[in-house]
Amino acid sequence: MNTRSIGTIYAKELRDLLRDRRTLISTIVIPTFVMPLIIIGFGKVTAMVITKAREEIPRVMMVGGADSPRVRGELEKSGKFRIEPASADWKGLISDKRIRAAVEIPAGFERALEAGSAPAVTLYTYQGEIKSSIAVDQLDAFFTSLRDRTTARLLAARGLPATVARPFEVKRVNVAAPEKVGGNLFGGLVPYFIIFLCLAGAMYPAMDLTAGEKERGTMETLLCCPAARTDIVLGKFLMVLTGSLGAVVLSLISMGATVAVAGNFLGAGGVAPAGLAISIDPLGILGVLAMVIPVAVLFSALLFTIALFAKSFKEAQSYLTPLMFVVILPAMAAMLPGVELNTRLALVPILNVSLVSKEMLSGVWHWGFIAMIFGSTALYAAVALGVAVMMFRREEVIFRT
Amino acid sequence: MIEARLLTKVFHDRKRGEVRGADAVSFSVGPGTIYGLLGANGAGKTTTLRMLATLLRPTSGTATVAGFDVAREPDKVRAAVGFLATTTALYDRLTAREMVAYFGRLHGMAEAALRARIALLADQLDMHEFLDRRCEKLSSGMKQKTSIARMLVHDPQVMIFDEPTLGLDVMAARAIVRFVRDCRERGKTVIYSTHVMSEAEKLCDRVGIIHAGSIRAEGTVAELKARTGERDLEEAFVRIVAPEAAP
Repeated sequence: MNTRSIGTIYAKELRDLLRDRRTLISTIVIPTFVMPLIIIGFGKVTAMVITKAREEIPRVMMVGGADSPRVRGELEKSGKFRIEPASADWKGLISDKRIRAAVEIPAGFERALEAGSAPAVTLYTYQGEIKSSIAVDQLDAFFTSLRDRTTARLLAARGLPATVARPFEVKRVNVAAPEKVGGNLFGGLVPYFIIFLCLAGAMYPAMDLTAGEKERGTMETLLCCPAARTDIVLGKFLMVLTGSLGAVVLSLISMGATVAVAGNFLGAGGVAPAGLAISIDPLGILGVLAMVIPVAVLFSALLFTIALFAKSFKEAQSYLTPLMFVVILPAMAAMLPGVELNTRLALVPILNVSLVSKEMLSGVWHWGFIAMIFGSTALYAAVALGVAVMMFRREEVIFRT
Repeated sequence: MIEARLLTKVFHDRKRGEVRGADAVSFSVGPGTIYGLLGANGAGKTTTLRMLATLLRPTSGTATVAGFDVAREPDKVRAAVGFLATTTALYDRLTAREMVAYFGRLHGMAEAALRARIALLADQLDMHEFLDRRCEKLSSGMKQKTSIARMLVHDPQVMIFDEPTLGLDVMAARAIVRFVRDCRERGKTVIYSTHVMSEAEKLCDRVGIIHAGSIRAEGTVAELKARTGERDLEEAFVRIVAPEAAP
């Protein structure tokens, strides 16, 4: 192995790729600038839509209840609803979004309520439609309040305190540190994104440096030089690895900056419990990055080998695109509830790193598993790199026609 | 300086089965000599030259280039050879200077020696005007000059040209032919493959006519003409490779 040759090849590939507009766009511009813009833009639009929906006074319809004028009066007086005139087609009107919800008040409701027991009030909603959900939540709150007030009145009439119906309250207090809360909320998501970026960052350089070179006719030029085939593979492989880790690091810096600029964007998005500060443990992020290094080596060697087999850039694309799904599935599996790290799963590539990353981000450091996962992934990566060198030596791969 | 003995390359093709790209090819070329390998497309020229340049491993037979065995010492062979083919393209995003320097470094040249060598080659090949221009912006002739500079950067003893004038205009092709002749004057060992008979007549000291992977005839141009009774090398070529098609 000649480090000078490897360094020369790496330096040339780096210069070559940095001069390529497509590389700059896919590995630098998109992860660094476009992704955060999309996230901020999407977040802002979502926040605007929710705020607007909450500000709207929903049109609701009262079905029945002609003999319950007090309930109707209170609903109107609350100022939270615009009561629409009754119509036989109220279900259709909800589906057409012309009214947001409807409440069916059974006959004799008020009279039965005075007696202490009334039949059920039914709320009609368009499930999954945000404005309808807000309207029905407000109707629910109105009738819950009405029920509580009725209970209190009935108890008072019998000389009993309101606490009879509600003898004690239940409170919840969070004891986990904000980092741990963040780790549990985003523990599955962060490694998933990092693993995805790791693959996406390696993809273009892997194709350009192998199938792209074959297609452009420069591979044969390079093979004329006395550099050993292993040195050529290592020089190129290091460039693919740079693309992979570069995309991860740039994305993390840019995402960090985005979150800082966007303020409490994550909390405002509704993912954090109300009033709870969340953050992600920087040590956990560093741990994830360390675990991702052998994954990046594995991906880089794997993509390099597969793309090397292709005759053209287009052919390489058709081989590598399905690989995205193969990689995403185990990364996603780690987000499923109940999938926990054990000795067997610690040997499953990608899934193992996702699971241990989730733990590390929650502040749990299983050193035995960490060593086992790092070691096994490094072993898989070494095998993949060995296969890449072997394939590069095969003339039927390099001169495949 | 080049000695090929029964050099054979067998490819395995799914549809056609076993294909002999080169079949027991033998010839030798000494220093200060241009050996022309003449053949139609698919005759086996490129396969033979790729084996000599160690890009392909021979299935059987042996060859030594600059005293090194192509199968056992491929790195040493590559260090002693300059190879130029239609399939050895340039890196579009590098400048001509960067392209030549890259290959100089891969040949282990020191930076000072490399700078001096690039300056000398730029003088000899008249490259100064476009030396710092990206290869993607160069004309065909400029590209071919850059390829030649890339091939010569380590001052190889043996030069292998595989159809170097293919696709070039008359002026650029003449410049290449003149350059190959200069290589002979400087004592280099040259193999020149072509299917352009006029080029072979002008350049080659000896010619090997290759057809269906094997050498069918070998000698000087005059000897081949005399052997076939033709006055023209093209007619002699046709009589050798396809006697039934000859007039």
